[in-house]
Amino acid sequence: MSQPVLEAREVSKHFPVRIGAGRTAVVRAVEDATLALQPGRIVALVGESGSGKTTLARLLARFYPPTSGEIRLRGKAVRGKERDYHRDVQLIFQDPFGSLNPLHRVRYNLERALRLHHGVRARAELNRRVLELLDRVSLSPADQFVDKFPHELSGGQRQRVVIARALAVEPKVLLGDEPISMLDVSIRLEMLNLLDRLRTEDGLALLYITHDIASARYLCDDIVVMYAGRMVEGGPKDDVIASPLHPYTKLLIDSSPDPDRIGGDRDALFDSTAEDLGEPPSLIDPPSGCRFHPRCPFAMDVCKTAVPPRTELPNGQWTHCWLQQEETR
Amino acid sequence: MITEPAPGLVTAATGPNSTVLSVRGLTVDYLTDGAPVRACDDVSFTLRRGEILGVAGESGSGKSTLITALTRLQRPPAVTTEGSIEFHSRDGSVDLVSLSASELRALRWTSLAIVLQSAMDALNPVMRIGAQFVDVLRSHDKGLGRKDAWARASELLGMVGISADRVRSYPHELSGGMRQRASIALALACGPELVVMDEPTTAVDVVMQRQILAQVLRLRRELGFSVVFVTHDLSLLLELADRIAIMYAGRIVEIDTAHSLYANPRHPYTRGLRDSFPPLRSPLRRLSGIPGSPPDLRNPPAGCAFHPRCPDRFEGCDQERPLLVDGVACRLHQSGENRA
Amino acid sequence: MRASLLTSWKVRFGLAVLGLFVLLAIFGPMLGSDPRANDISAIAEPPSRDHLLGTTQFGQDVLAQTIAGARGSMLVGILAAAIGTVIAIAVGVPAGYFGGAVDNGLNFLTNLFLVMPVLPLILIVAGYVQGTGLWVIALIIGLFGWSGGARTLRAQAMSLSNRDFVLAMRMLGEPHRRLIFAEVLPHLSGWISAMFLHGMIGGVMAEAGLAFLGISDSGSISWGTMIQSAQQQSAVLRGLWWWFVPPGLCIALIGTAATLVNFGVDELSNPKLRLARRSVVTRARLVPRRGEV
Repeated sequence: MSQPVLEAREVSKHFPVRIGAGRTAVVRAVEDATLALQPGRIVALVGESGSGKTTLARLLARFYPPTSGEIRLRGKAVRGKERDYHRDVQLIFQDPFGSLNPLHRVRYNLERALRLHHGVRARAELNRRVLELLDRVSLSPADQFVDKFPHELSGGQRQRVVIARALAVEPKVLLGDEPISMLDVSIRLEMLNLLDRLRTEDGLALLYITHDIASARYLCDDIVVMYAGRMVEGGPKDDVIASPLHPYTKLLIDSSPDPDRIGGDRDALFDSTAEDLGEPPSLIDPPSGCRFHPRCPFAMDVCKTAVPPRTELPNGQWTHCWLQQEETR
Repeated sequence: MITEPAPGLVTAATGPNSTVLSVRGLTVDYLTDGAPVRACDDVSFTLRRGEILGVAGESGSGKSTLITALTRLQRPPAVTTEGSIEFHSRDGSVDLVSLSASELRALRWTSLAIVLQSAMDALNPVMRIGAQFVDVLRSHDKGLGRKDAWARASELLGMVGISADRVRSYPHELSGGMRQRASIALALACGPELVVMDEPTTAVDVVMQRQILAQVLRLRRELGFSVVFVTHDLSLLLELADRIAIMYAGRIVEIDTAHSLYANPRHPYTRGLRDSFPPLRSPLRRLSGIPGSPPDLRNPPAGCAFHPRCPDRFEGCDQERPLLVDGVACRLHQSGENRA
Repeated sequence: MRASLLTSWKVRFGLAVLGLFVLLAIFGPMLGSDPRANDISAIAEPPSRDHLLGTTQFGQDVLAQTIAGARGSMLVGILAAAIGTVIAIAVGVPAGYFGGAVDNGLNFLTNLFLVMPVLPLILIVAGYVQGTGLWVIALIIGLFGWSGGARTLRAQAMSLSNRDFVLAMRMLGEPHRRLIFAEVLPHLSGWISAMFLHGMIGGVMAEAGLAFLGISDSGSISWGTMIQSAQQQSAVLRGLWWWFVPPGLCIALIGTAATLVNFGVDELSNPKLRLARRSVVTRARLVPRRGEV
């Protein structure tokens, strides 16, 4: 495997929060996250809301520094100017309605990126490259979109503009923070196909963050599953979905709608997942040991006290679960 | 407006396979300063007792408008301009469209209940959960004692998997998933015959969504209510619903059982929508969703509203609007005499 | 945006009144008679054909004084509002945008001015500064009246600077200066114009109040000085209503007009205030329902 272009090594992020008068607490949003993005490959980061996946994306986009651990770009720990870093790493926000300034035309957004990163000044050159970018994200005819305001575009078209703006920088890494979850169902796949095309054409390294494991499977090469701020499992997508190692991954997959299952007994189908396992823990005071142990049907004593180490399988699948430790021993 | 059912039909009206709701030609307009915008156009369907009917559609398909019209929760500028909503309750049949506000109040909770996406935020933050149940229970059953009402509240919360000691909690002490379950229990407090759910699990996570839906299914088995379940997530409906209505641009374009809708979708939009959900386990193939965007209802396309995005359109689709015949509104599936 | 602002009758009425007073302030003195001329044949006369709004104790024409006073009062109002708004922007926006130490410092300054007893301070400063011309009065009112606005702008800038589109442009490498001026500030235009109008009402009122307390340039004419001299000559007790009613009415009218424009700006920046048009609601009620006809 080639050298990763962007890496997170045991990155943690703790946010201080105020709880009531004068008292503060710490939200342990991400704990010991390790992730590597390779050129031309797509990694999906799957988790529920509050699992820390957006925090991790924003750490990777350097919106704030990690509390501990390091982020490495092309093998070197990152420091220094944000602008140099963002020449290589761009993030796509979840909400296409919020990430474009309603007062600026499509053209403005793309031109700013071209001016700032490539020093393009000449009118004709700017115009040519703006149209080229819109063509690349399949907004055609490009000259019809270039002078529109965001409110004149549909959600899907806006998200394409957002992607075009990120591409204008010519980054090596694209971080997609739930880029399709706020779009209409019927246009989501087109957006995923666009991301897939960019990966193939430009050799971009892509991080696709989602709560929808089916769309993760459609787009990505590898899946990483997060739960309550910790990574619990990862590996090649089909291995993870077909034979999940971690009980949480299994729960997540079983809970996801899968129309292929219909035709059988509906009540039995739902009852199989009806067991009330409670809810994800508060990240202010997360459970000790494995953070999933209060909901885990297989929890053992050791799960309550010690964080499970990483177990790796020959197929590239890995997990943090004591059950797997027992088996491989 | 209460019509007296024929004597022989009394048992049939409450039997297991009888109709509980029949909607005919329901049309809802949004009045604007310009021409009215038709958000729901000639919608007709029936719902059988104990059935779960799913309504799926994208934003702007009219599914939320349909829900507010069904439950008479709509506010100006939305107006029901045509159609009827016959509700066949235990106590006889009424047309919800023409009920007065007080008649409607008598019907809500006891016969017709509503769970909205934001239901968990609709709980009163300064009242204990149990007290809110007691209020509802006692206002619909004047003879119910305070003590009995509290006991019933714990029982109801227990049904959705919330332990009895939570009955004295305030809403903010419960998590989002619990609050949503509590509001479902609250909707079921007076034993309604019909529960309308508008994206009730969109705000909670997949795992919690599954648990909530499993409980709804179990309760339906025990209590026998019918459900209209609205969501944009067709893959969820395919697992959950008995029958599914697909809406596009304010109209029902196809209505069928979940199984045949999945295995054999007839309307090109249904097929496109089904293929917008990548499979979780079966082999992957390249999917493309549906090109283009949903139409602007202020200026809908002539003919079939889907024709600009339709891969199978042919001559005349841009002029003639197909009617819902035999569960599908598409000219591909209509013989010559049906083409109006 | 501009077109929708003008569709509201409140805004149109308010702007018309404000425009009228501005025109009066600019061109009024050219058309009227000399406000300082003493007509000794008409002392404290009620309105008549010669003097449409009557005359003062000194035989000066009240109409001419009111027109001349428009210039003084509008000057103080607009100047004070401009000074206050500029300071509020310069303090509030960077505080909210940068946060951290910048915020701490600027916020401390804001709070200091917020809790300062403004009126006694103005009295002291005005007494200290020699020759209290209208410019000085405006400067003092502006300097002491910006802190509330700065607080509002700080809160707004803080939430705006965390919005996705600002983060996205920051990620593109936009410098802070441009992020503030091109991304954040345009979204505050509604707040800023509301603040300016508010400041203008405040300025006109404060000028009148200060003049009433005797802090004014007795040589210049404003509505405040008019009311003050009316009060000094016991105009109320003597029933010389035409002396103090016109300037008082003008102050009230400007306040009302600015408030009406403010309503319109608020509705524009906060669509929740824009209720369904009454005509639409009425039509919705009139649609015949099946079964009711």
